[in-house]
Parts: sequence; C-alpha cells; structure tokens
Amino acid sequence: MSNNQQKIVITGIGTFSSIGKNVEETLKNLIAGNAGIGKMEHLDSVYKDEIPVAEIKMTNEELRAVCGHSEAHTLTRAALIGLIGAKEALEDSGIDLDDGLRTGFVSSNSVGGMDQTEMVYLNYFKENPDVTFLDSNDCGAGTEKIADCLGIKDYVTTISTACSSAANAIMLGARLIRNGVLDRVLVGGADCLTKFTLNGFNTLMILDREPCRPMDDTRKGLNLGEGAGYLVIESENAASGKHIYCELTGYCNTNDAFHQTASSPEGDGAYNAMKNALAMSGLKPAQIDYINVHGTGTANNDLSEGRAITRLFEGNIPRLSSTKSYTGHTLAAAGGLEAVFSVLAIQENVIFPNLRFKNRISELTIEPVTQLVEEAGINHVLSNSFGFGGNNSTVIFSKVN
Amino acid sequence: MEDLMTTLKGQIIEQLNLEDVAVADIGNDDLLFGGELDLDSIDALELIVLLEKQHGVKVENPKEGKEIFKSIRTLAEFISKHQN
Amino acid sequence: MAVYIKGIGNISPQHTFDNDSFLDDFIEYEEKFLLATEPNYKDFLPAKSRRRMSKIVKMGVTAALHSLKDAGIETPDAIITGTGLGCLKDTEKFMTAIINDKEKFLTPISFIQSTHNTVGGTIAIMLKCYGYNFTYVHRGFSFESALMDGFMMTNENESGNYLIGGVDEMTENFYKTRRLLGRFKDEEVKNTELNSYKIPGNIPGEGASFFVLSNDKTTGKTYGSLDAMTTFYRPKDNTAVEKEITAFLERNNLTLEDIDCVVLGNSGDKENDEVFLHLQEHYFQKQIQTYFKHLCGEYYTASGFGFWQAVKIASTQRVPDSIRLNEIDRPIKKVLMYNHYNKVNHSLILVSHVGV
Repeated sequence: MSNNQQKIVITGIGTFSSIGKNVEETLKNLIAGNAGIGKMEHLDSVYKDEIPVAEIKMTNEELRAVCGHSEAHTLTRAALIGLIGAKEALEDSGIDLDDGLRTGFVSSNSVGGMDQTEMVYLNYFKENPDVTFLDSNDCGAGTEKIADCLGIKDYVTTISTACSSAANAIMLGARLIRNGVLDRVLVGGADCLTKFTLNGFNTLMILDREPCRPMDDTRKGLNLGEGAGYLVIESENAASGKHIYCELTGYCNTNDAFHQTASSPEGDGAYNAMKNALAMSGLKPAQIDYINVHGTGTANNDLSEGRAITRLFEGNIPRLSSTKSYTGHTLAAAGGLEAVFSVLAIQENVIFPNLRFKNRISELTIEPVTQLVEEAGINHVLSNSFGFGGNNSTVIFSKVN
Repeated sequence: MEDLMTTLKGQIIEQLNLEDVAVADIGNDDLLFGGELDLDSIDALELIVLLEKQHGVKVENPKEGKEIFKSIRTLAEFISKHQN
Repeated sequence: MAVYIKGIGNISPQHTFDNDSFLDDFIEYEEKFLLATEPNYKDFLPAKSRRRMSKIVKMGVTAALHSLKDAGIETPDAIITGTGLGCLKDTEKFMTAIINDKEKFLTPISFIQSTHNTVGGTIAIMLKCYGYNFTYVHRGFSFESALMDGFMMTNENESGNYLIGGVDEMTENFYKTRRLLGRFKDEEVKNTELNSYKIPGNIPGEGASFFVLSNDKTTGKTYGSLDAMTTFYRPKDNTAVEKEITAFLERNNLTLEDIDCVVLGNSGDKENDEVFLHLQEHYFQKQIQTYFKHLCGEYYTASGFGFWQAVKIASTQRVPDSIRLNEIDRPIKKVLMYNHYNKVNHSLILVSHVGV
C-alpha cells in the first residue's frame, strides 16, 4: 500500500559533466562562473568548428581508466559517464548494499549506446564484424551495465521521456519507496554527445552557434552537452542516522498535449507541473526561494516557461537561473544534474548565476539572477525539466531543519 | 515554370508523405500553410532541406521562409531566381 | 485496493484485435521473424497525424485507442508506455542518413519521431490528455515497469483510469544485425514447431498490447483483476527462480495449489527455455500450462502479449488448444504469468477471474 506521507530524503549526490568530474569540482566551477561550453574535441562531427558543445574533455579510453572496472571496455560513452556519476552518489550515501534493505537503480538516457552504434553500424553488414557494442544500443543496456558494476539488483529500470527523463527517474524512485517496493533508490540520468542528437537538433534549427544565452532576448538556441547527475533517495527510516542533504517534498509530471517538439505558447504543461508539485509539497508559491529553470535557450522554451512562471507566481517571482548556461543541455541527464545543483543550492545556501544574460525577454517582465548570490536564504528549490512529446516535470527540494 | 511547379508538388507529396493527396489536388496558388494542406513548422524544416538537396538553393533564415513557402508558385519563383 | 483490467487493445502477428474472440483461429508462419497483422489504420488515425507515423507509432497508438474505447473511456488519467527499442525504424532511418550523407541534407521528422516517448506523447496530443506520461525503455522490463507504475498509481489514487502498454517493432536491419549475437533462428521455421528446438535461437516478433487499469469494478466491463506483480534481475539458477516464485506467492498469501494456470515465456531457444522446461516438469505439475511466443515471437515487450493471454484466460476461463503445453484441466480462477528475457529480466504477474 502506498504511503504518500512518507518522507523521502536525499543522502547522496554525484555529478560528472563539462564543468566537473565530481561534485566538489562542479561546485567550484558553479561558484566561479566557469562554463563548460566550447569547441568540439572528441565528437567526430563535420560541425566541429561550427557548433559549440559542453563536452567532457576525456576520450573513451581515459573514461575507462577512471572507471577502473574490469567490464569498462564493454561500456559505451554514455554508460561510462553514467557509471562515474552514479558511483559517486552511491559512495557518498554510504549505503551498504548487503544490509538487507532493498536498493534500486532507476536511470534515464535518450539514445542509449548510439555513440558507438553510429560509428560502427555499417560494419555489421560486412564480414566478421566486431560485435562488442552490438547489444549496447538500446537504452536499457547502459543501465544494466552500471547496475552490474555497482552491484545493485533489487529493482532496475530505465526511463526515456526525452529531456525530462532524469526528473522522472527521481519521481519514480520516490513512488517505489512510498509504495513499499524499495527502501532506497539511486536515481538520475546520463547522456553523451552523439552525432545523432547533434544533427537531430541541428535539423530543428535550434542549436546556437555561440555559447547559449538562456532567458535572454537575443537567445538563438541551445548548446548540447554531456554528463550524468545522480542522487540517492531513501525513506526517512532507511536514512536514519545518516547525513541528509535535503528532502524531496514535491514532484509532478504532466503533459502539454500540444505539439511533439514545441511547448504551448502559455506553457500550460509547465504551469500544471509546477502547480501540482507545489500542492504535493504543501508549499505556497511565495515560499519557493529559487527556481532552477529548464531554460534551454530556445526561443520557444524560455518564453513559454517564463510565461508559466509569471502566471503561477504572480507578484512573487522567485529568483531563478538556467544552469544550462554552464553545462549546455545534457538531455536525459539534465534533470539529474540540475537536481544535484538544486541540492547544492540548499546545502551551500547560494544561487548559481545564469551566465551571459544581458537583455530581458521582451514579452516577459522576469529576469534571471546574473551574479552568484551567497547567504541566499534557501529553504525550498523548484527545478523544471521539459521534453519532447509534451513531457513536463517539476521536482521540489526542501531544507531539513 | 509550370514543369518546376509540377515537380515540386510531387516532391512535397513524397517528402511529407501526404498519402491522400495527388499532384492535381494542389493548386499553384493554394496556401501551403494554413490552407487545405495545413502544413506546420516541422514541414517547413523538411521543405528547407528539400530545396537545398533537390534544387541546390539555400534558405538561410527560417523567418524568410514564410514568404517563400506561401504557395507552390512562390516556391518555384524563389528557386528560379536563386538557381542562376 | 484491487486493480481491474477494464479495456484491451492487442495488435500482434495473430488475430488478437477483436476483443470478443480469443485465438479462435491460429495463423501459421514459416518466417525468420513474425510481423504484426495490422488493422486498417485509416479507421483509427486521421490522415494528418498518420503521415509521420512509423509502424510502431501506428500500432501503439491504435492499440491504445482501442483499449480506451473498449473500456468506454475518452481520456485516461495517465499514459504509461513500455518499449524496449523505441522507434527503431525512424532511428535506423535518421542514423543511416547521417552516415550516408555525411551529416548533410538531414530532415527533422525521423529524428523527432525516433524519440522513445513518441507513442506516449502522440496519444497525449491526440486525446488532449494532460496527465502523467511516462515511457519505460528497459529491455525485458519495459512492459513490466509500465504495468508496475500503473499498478502503483491505481493503489495511490482513489479513482482514475490508467492506460498502460508495451510496444516494439521489428525491422529487417534489426534482424540482420542482431542475428550476429546468435539469439535468432538462422532460417525460416514454422511457429508451430517453436518447441522442437531443432535450431538454436528464438523467433523474433513484434506487437502492441495496451490495457486500461482502474479500481472501479462496477462500471463497464471487467476482464479480471491484476492482483500482484514483481520483477527480478539476473537470478543465479533454476533454484533461485523457484525461490522467487515461492516467495512471491507467500507474500500474496497463496500457495502453488492456488494457481490454476500458468502462462510461460518459452521462446524456442533451448538454452533460454531451460528454466521453463524445468518448471514445467518439476514445479507447475498440477497447473494448466500455456505458452505464447509461438503466437507473437520474442521481443522486449512480449510479456505484454503474455499478460494479454493471462487476462483472456482469466476472463473466459478457457484455454484454447493452440496455447496448451499439457493436458491438465481444472476450473480457472488464478493465472500466473512467468516470463524472462534472455535470462536477465524476469517477471511474475498474477491475474484473477472476477465474477459478476
């Protein structure tokens, strides 16, 4: 039976992205305002000199060395990045997987092992091809590799709802705990840069040729990034006596039911996701101290999300920023990375700035935070993640007193 | 010009997979967007590539597409103007 | 709180779309892989939305709409989809275009449509359904994760109708490439001879199986109740599987004696089926035994078909000859499905007959 009153707490965090190989380095760069967006060095695309990306500056071999796992040579780039991020979160939580409690792994990604498949696909039609990565293209493959490397087996699944995926992984993890299926869950997502996604977004003409300018009137689109963001969430009982970062107090997933790739002009799906997540948390809009917006930097998203925020928060617009100005859009990892950034905002009592903002969006009255805010008085943070298929997700984290 | 317009109609039907539409169903001045065919923004992106791949002309700014993509005639005019 | 199955939509290589029949005829195939017998999509999908849909989207959306109509529901409260491979055809199309045209002249439609949640998103747009919309993409757990989510959701809420389903499509190139792993039979085989084990490997297939779940027993039809389900990952051996089944029954206050019929996932691959053969002989000795992958083939969400079979058996209390594995007969109240994919993703789903 479900228990919606049961408290869900965060006991571990892990990140890996263009702005840091772990939480410590990431936090340093967030505070210093160092973005990870720049020239493409590892993805082998014809757009190398034209389209900037937020890349992890390591080759697959270097990533395999960092993993140090005997199975690392069978992992695709997304799985390698995911394993490094997930492992940090698991170790941070101090979980003992053999203590009799049930532990699950809910991970998300958008294109599985596509980074390998797009390189070797044609070989599969030739004589005696190398089949090392043949069974790694689907989204579940990487999740299983990571789960096996970490030794998690009580529940394993993968979510893929485009760019809202990792926020949905957090939500499912909480529900698995509240329904008594698990005691604690490693949740989040990982994605790597691929030619598939780069070209896909390029055909939609929403890739900025300069470092992206989320929430800015002159924004021209997004930059793609790669990374992983994971959290360990636990029932309050399972976490008893442990260090608790904060509490997951609200979450909601809704659908915009408007268009396969575009948000509705007034951001109805976004509005409903934020409103229902607030209702679950029992908070009033005015109690939210900071919004980590989805803020991709596309004309459509930022306006639609801005309008939804304006409508819901009326005269009390919380301080907000898009950390995609640091990490680019990491797709199925974004909700995980930004959840960790939200947790860090509470833990460090800071607001990370929205980099490169200059001009307010002409249709809106809201503006993001442009300088680091310290002693920011953060009790409640709301994080948005929206995706193709009209998928809108909001999660809310609250300080534990 | 007539030939180009007929070719374009066939290419659009194929590219956008307009199952129930025949070349004869599309008038030279029919609105492509908002008219009977009711194409949308994603179709516009497909048309941009169609022009580039099949006719060697490039639409640099998606915003100027609005005028170019008004009808089969405007499309054909844009192509003949830019091919030379 | 009980969870009831209120509507069904099943598109498969067999005639399963008519909810009033239950495998009244049997289509025999002699193919390398089984493809779905598709309904006339023009009857379900307007031309404007149909033109961008690949087969998986047409199958998934149509099966979903059919199940909602069957349940007498216009808009569900949630749409939860499972798919192992997602929109495979469009993924192959966009990827091949990138490789062949060296990243030039690409168009967005196959990229947009290749997104894994296209089926769920399309249903939402067509029905103007603003509710919860999740897509699970975990191999042999894809359908199970969706069903589990719907099951939890029905438990969490007082009322509501939840659309859940599994869908996967098969393509020629998928067959050609994945056969290198040795999991598929290398030549045409009669699906009636699935259990002969003459050639190693399974017969791959495809399909879309959607269901409407609700805790409302009284309104409209009720095919049966979904009593419990579980998944388990990489069990060590046959004994570990037996232990999981026994523990599952115990958690639900049942003994093996309470189970009248089992639906098993025999795939035609001897090594893969060893655990099923073991259970047939040593564990489910008193149960009516049935199988289903000779009907739909093996694919990541084949358990959606298996669940359909369990629900139909519970609903009709009848076992067609074409799915029988033994001669046992007993009145049918409880049906247990046990399936696994490639010995990694295992699931147990318990369905009961619901009397009026």
